Amino acid sequence: MSSFRIDIREMQNINVLDLKGYLDAHTAPDLEKVFQNLMEVKKFNIVVNCKDLNYISSAGLGVFMAYIEDVRKNNGDIKLSNMSPKVYNIFDLLGFPLLYDITSDEADAIKKFTASRK
Amino acid sequence: MNTQNLKIESRTEKLSFVREFISDAARKFGFDDESVSKIALAVDEACTNIIKHAYELRPNNLINIEVITNKRLFEVVITHQGKLFDPKLFKSPDMKEYILHPRRGGLGIHLMRLLMDNVEYKTLPDQRCEVHLIKKLPTSIGQQ
Repeated sequence: MSSFRIDIREMQNINVLDLKGYLDAHTAPDLEKVFQNLMEVKKFNIVVNCKDLNYISSAGLGVFMAYIEDVRKNNGDIKLSNMSPKVYNIFDLLGFPLLYDITSDEADAIKKFTASRK
Repeated sequence: MNTQNLKIESRTEKLSFVREFISDAARKFGFDDESVSKIALAVDEACTNIIKHAYELRPNNLINIEVITNKRLFEVVITHQGKLFDPKLFKSPDMKEYILHPRRGGLGIHLMRLLMDNVEYKTLPDQRCEVHLIKKLPTSIGQQ
């Protein structure tokens, strides 16, 4: 049985989500709930740290797709960081590096948010 | 020709078993890690579609997954008795347009087509539906 876990850290008005494990149609609703909560409390600056994300299917991608426009309309963004080559390959296969800001390091993603506020 | 079989209930919690079963079979057949991951994802997408759309999330229906290997061909045949899916009605999304106007959904079948060499849908005379996912072992990789 594969597992999935999300830890949330709040720093400088940015919410960092640490994803661990396997993000598929079974576990995507957990991520969906987290995004719904963030939207409700109007937290639109989101970094998704994928360091420990082992797997993503279209159900997981669909969660990011569902919220990216709303987040950007509210002057925020979903930035993705620390992807393993295996997970990055799926984003790349679909051309998503054009849609999402993907950084190799979480600190770079945070810097981009703080820089854009200045 | 060699076959291996897995039967699962139509529940998303079973997807991890499916991926393990397929990854193991693909690795033993001789695929490298990258291809193993691609095949496992394609089969996950096919089963997810069946669970969500053919069985409309009703659990306790059966999905049969058969791996058939023949010479350099690795074929996964997924059989269900849910609603028929007509692939002709599904056009792969224009990804430029998709990126300009992101939305949920529509990516699974597109991914399956990108990840595998061939994807086919068949309806059997007894109304069962089959999805065939086919990938050829590259000639540069020796079969074990």
